[in-house]
Amino acid sequence: MSSELYNDGPVVHKPTFIDGSSVEIPELKILKQNGSVYEGSDMPEMDEALAVKVYKTLAFHRVLDERMVASQRQGRLSFYMAALGEEAASVGGAAGLKSQDMIMSQYREQGALMFRGFSLENFMNQMFSNEKDLGKGRQMPIHYGSSELNYMTISSPLGTQIPQATGYAYGQKLQGLDEVTLCYFGEGAASEGDFHAGLNMAAVQEAPVIFFCRNNGYAISTPSDEQFRGNGIASRGVGYGIKTLRVDGNDILAVIKATQTARTYALKENAPVLIEAMSYRLGAHSTSDDPSGYRTREEEEKWQANDPILRMKNWMLLQGWWDEEQEKSLFETLREKVLAAVKVSEKIDKPHIDTLITDVYDVPSRQLTAQLEQVKAHINKYPEAYPFTAGKF
Amino acid sequence: MAQMNMLHAINNALDIAMDEDDSTLCFGEDVGHFGGVFRATSGLQDKYGKLRCFNTPLVEQGIIGFANGLASQGSRPIAEIQFADYIFPAFDQIVNEAAKFRYRSGNEFDVGKLTIRSPYGGGIAGGLYHSQSPEAYFAHTPGLKVVIPRNPYQAKGLLLASIRDDNPVIFFEPKRLYRASVGEVPTEDYQLPLGKAEIVQTGSDITLLAWGAQMEILQKAADLATNDGISCEVIDLRSILPWDIETIANSVLKTGRLLVSQEAPLTAGFASEIAATIQQECFLHLESPVERVCGLDTPYPLALEKEYVADHLKIYEAIKRSINY
Repeated sequence: MSSELYNDGPVVHKPTFIDGSSVEIPELKILKQNGSVYEGSDMPEMDEALAVKVYKTLAFHRVLDERMVASQRQGRLSFYMAALGEEAASVGGAAGLKSQDMIMSQYREQGALMFRGFSLENFMNQMFSNEKDLGKGRQMPIHYGSSELNYMTISSPLGTQIPQATGYAYGQKLQGLDEVTLCYFGEGAASEGDFHAGLNMAAVQEAPVIFFCRNNGYAISTPSDEQFRGNGIASRGVGYGIKTLRVDGNDILAVIKATQTARTYALKENAPVLIEAMSYRLGAHSTSDDPSGYRTREEEEKWQANDPILRMKNWMLLQGWWDEEQEKSLFETLREKVLAAVKVSEKIDKPHIDTLITDVYDVPSRQLTAQLEQVKAHINKYPEAYPFTAGKF
Repeated sequence: MAQMNMLHAINNALDIAMDEDDSTLCFGEDVGHFGGVFRATSGLQDKYGKLRCFNTPLVEQGIIGFANGLASQGSRPIAEIQFADYIFPAFDQIVNEAAKFRYRSGNEFDVGKLTIRSPYGGGIAGGLYHSQSPEAYFAHTPGLKVVIPRNPYQAKGLLLASIRDDNPVIFFEPKRLYRASVGEVPTEDYQLPLGKAEIVQTGSDITLLAWGAQMEILQKAADLATNDGISCEVIDLRSILPWDIETIANSVLKTGRLLVSQEAPLTAGFASEIAATIQQECFLHLESPVERVCGLDTPYPLALEKEYVADHLKIYEAIKRSINY
């Protein structure tokens, strides 16, 4: 047994409970909503070029979300998940990393992929599950992935990526690479057993992984006070022996600073870090959800005043790195580009029927090949019932 | 060649795999310095260091989640689940994650280098949670390979093939045979093919099929039947998924009769899949219904284990039933 794991507390002779909320957690804030900076703040490493890139990514995110939610309403897209009000958490996290670092996401972090340069066409092709989708049209919209950009393909089961991120980071350490893994998840997913597994193993196995929790107040309709009773997610990091930091998730400078600092520490110490970014899910959970059934308009309006994109814009204006003319032209161009891309991608063919059985294994088994031949023979018999594939093999 | 029991053969395979590839790791509960509760990883930490052979916290979903991450990164993880009975907490990481990793990403990512080893099966007075044979749960999952050896020679050759295979493989080790099964095993490197059944004994009257420790019991029943003048073809399936339909169907086309025996409960066990497939492939050649001799549809009991199991006498009776149909 390693006794150094326990600190020496006072000895007592009557039952003396430690209060569940006794851990005080500071919250890192750098940027005010009006664009000015708190006095004495440690600024992130960021020059004008990076700042402009971050801001343009936030704008792209906002426009894509608006347009794709509208497309879903028009019935052109089966499903969508916006990140309204929380864009700074995903974009800022990616901006605080190096391009070789692995990012593992839950699903509301497409901003990180945008920052890495995933093209508008790639986003569209995934959402319209056409033959140009890197994922071959197999997963629901917003389940993106790119090995080239070190962005692990998203899967729907919540929390599963958390212990996987620990393993990925352990492999990076073992090979002596200048790389860490950053793992995003929401405060709801942190209730899954995989959260416990991933954090505890990261601490014990000494893996350079950054756990990045987006605490946006809701898991679909479930508010935080029905999710946990401790001091958020951050207080748990302390229990696992993990360096922990809470940050204002609507403050892009604070998020970037927190991530940059976490990366340096994780790499140097071969140890995990937990970041809890406090924010608010301004939009619906997904296009299949209507939040008016479980929360008030007043609450939403309070958070609308904390818009992270407007906050960064205000800062950019004060820096002299941005002006209203650029703002107008950027948003107009983005809206046109996204609309044009929708029109192109929705017309591209569905994936070839052979992709039904590829990638189940490295090579299709004999059983799978036989099943595919049966399906093809069936389609040839009833071609009008299978318009996407009939006559195309 | 050397005399080895099944544990020695497995340990030898792990040693070869860790020696040939620096990114190969062995981990799980008590796997490190102690060498595993059955000693399958004995000596590996001393030889390859604590970074490559180590204990994990006691959390099965974490072990497999961690292994999935490692495999997707390019390392070659060999994860141990202490008893197959305790693989269920990791069911989500195996079924929803490992099995679907390559398919869902369009081959952008995969966990092909993952191998999960786990002691399985009964016959050791293990009661409910040290006796289970969960292969059928995983056989229903496209993307996985499931492999089960029957003796030390098979264990080494099939384990090395599983570790090097570019798909996630679950390797179930019949723990009743860990020390009981001893045989000649080549000390050098060799592999046995996955997805391929092995005809252990040729015959002409009935095909007898099983896997793992059940092969020994099947052979005992076959010997009794041979004394009665019944010629049994005895086959070891070896790979549950994907399974070797061709070898089994060809045998049944010849013998006209099939008996499948497994330790696991009857209903929806893998014998059901085999029976359904063979009746479709060999309908006009079958002389009698396919016999399934399996565990009862109950949890695995302690005191009445002997009554519960598909022993050689139950199989022997089923052979005669099939022949006299």
